[in-house]
Amino acid sequence: MDFGFSLSPSSAVNLDTVDLSLFRKVEARCPDIRTCIGCGSCSATCMASAWSGMSVRQVILALQRGQLRQVEQKLSACMLCGKCTMVCPRGINTRNLILAVSREFKKEEAQ
Amino acid sequence: MIYQGKQKIWSDYQKEIPDDHWFYVRSCIRQNFFPASEAHFVKIVKDVLGKDLYETEHHTTCGGIAYHSDTIPQETAMTIVARQFALMTEAGYKNLVASCITSFGNYTEILETWREFPELEVRIRENLWKACRREFEKPEYVCHASDVIYKLRNEIAEKATVRLVNHETGEPLRVVEHIGCHYSKMFPHKGVGGAEYPCVLSGMVESWGGKVIDYPERRHCCGFGFRQYLVKANRGYSVSNTHKKFESMEPYHPDMIITNCPGCPYFLDRWQYVIAEQTGKTYGQNGYGIPALTYEELAGLVLGYDPWDLGLQVHQVASEPLLDKLGIAYDPAKKYLGLNEKEIMKPGLPQVLKCC
Repeated sequence: MDFGFSLSPSSAVNLDTVDLSLFRKVEARCPDIRTCIGCGSCSATCMASAWSGMSVRQVILALQRGQLRQVEQKLSACMLCGKCTMVCPRGINTRNLILAVSREFKKEEAQ
Repeated sequence: MIYQGKQKIWSDYQKEIPDDHWFYVRSCIRQNFFPASEAHFVKIVKDVLGKDLYETEHHTTCGGIAYHSDTIPQETAMTIVARQFALMTEAGYKNLVASCITSFGNYTEILETWREFPELEVRIRENLWKACRREFEKPEYVCHASDVIYKLRNEIAEKATVRLVNHETGEPLRVVEHIGCHYSKMFPHKGVGGAEYPCVLSGMVESWGGKVIDYPERRHCCGFGFRQYLVKANRGYSVSNTHKKFESMEPYHPDMIITNCPGCPYFLDRWQYVIAEQTGKTYGQNGYGIPALTYEELAGLVLGYDPWDLGLQVHQVASEPLLDKLGIAYDPAKKYLGLNEKEIMKPGLPQVLKCC
């Protein structure tokens, strides 16, 4: 029956069903990812964010949610300047984290 | 009394509710959605519990629905509310009880605004005088009708003829409580239990023998959202909201939903039909939906009123499975007989959602 409106797809993430394998691999390389408090200091200082939408905070969140396409898309704009590492209040080596994620993507591409 | 520890913390979440002498203002839409709810609230409070509750036929809408739909400015709503206060003052009452959650939120918001901006109150007093030559005193207490039933819940439990227990298994009924957003999300200190632990409905359910079930989207909006529903282009948001709630509560197998807002029982009830038609999915047992009742209807059931007198036949979701669980006797032949045994029209049956 056509009501003239319909259900919108849900944005809910079910952590029991999403693929968290990339997050687990990155977590093994950079355990400090677990200490992220999502403050957004990294995104605020990012030089690329204004024109590309790059945000380390969103990358970490997407990793935790298994949203791999978003991770790849955001990371493609990173210039590896390392400013995010300098401002992180938890001392997370975000530059190392970005490299670790990129390496995992490269490995998958090679396979 | 000295409160300590958790008791002290919990006392901060309490709200003072007067024992007696209320001026009652009805909702502009509830009488269309659930026509017997307000009548039974008056009956229970006045006739069964012997309290003083006054209402006048001169009161109007509070303007909240138009204000929240962005069709009138707040000053207009304030002048309408000022007139309601004038009616209350003329009748000699100081405790205002609103039937509608949005009215309750509207009254509270306006009183808080006047407290912050007294010059606005002066202007509204002038507006009211120019419009209808009335003056008013502000109410000492503003309560929602569910606060009153919460206050009287144990008295109702003493007079109850039915407990919220499955009469075949002896297990307490699994009840989802849904509180209207305007009850305590805007002004947490005005609601019993605040915005974090609102217990106005769960208190009733527990007093009457049921078991409240928790689920992830318990505090999510029902989906009404005023413009989300009123503008047809936005209606998909409304039904998606409700769908999210049902998907979240489904694994906990609730027997029923209890609500205290005009919009919530309506949308939690009617959208079950739309969701069933669009997705083919139903959330109750054996193809039925989950009955969504108002707290007055539930209080009426507990006190032994006839389900058809309580207006359960105007719900989209069939209430018969719930009545069977509670062991409440009903006559199917009288379902669509109105007052004085007059036949009211029978609705068409949906294709997916099972109705009796």
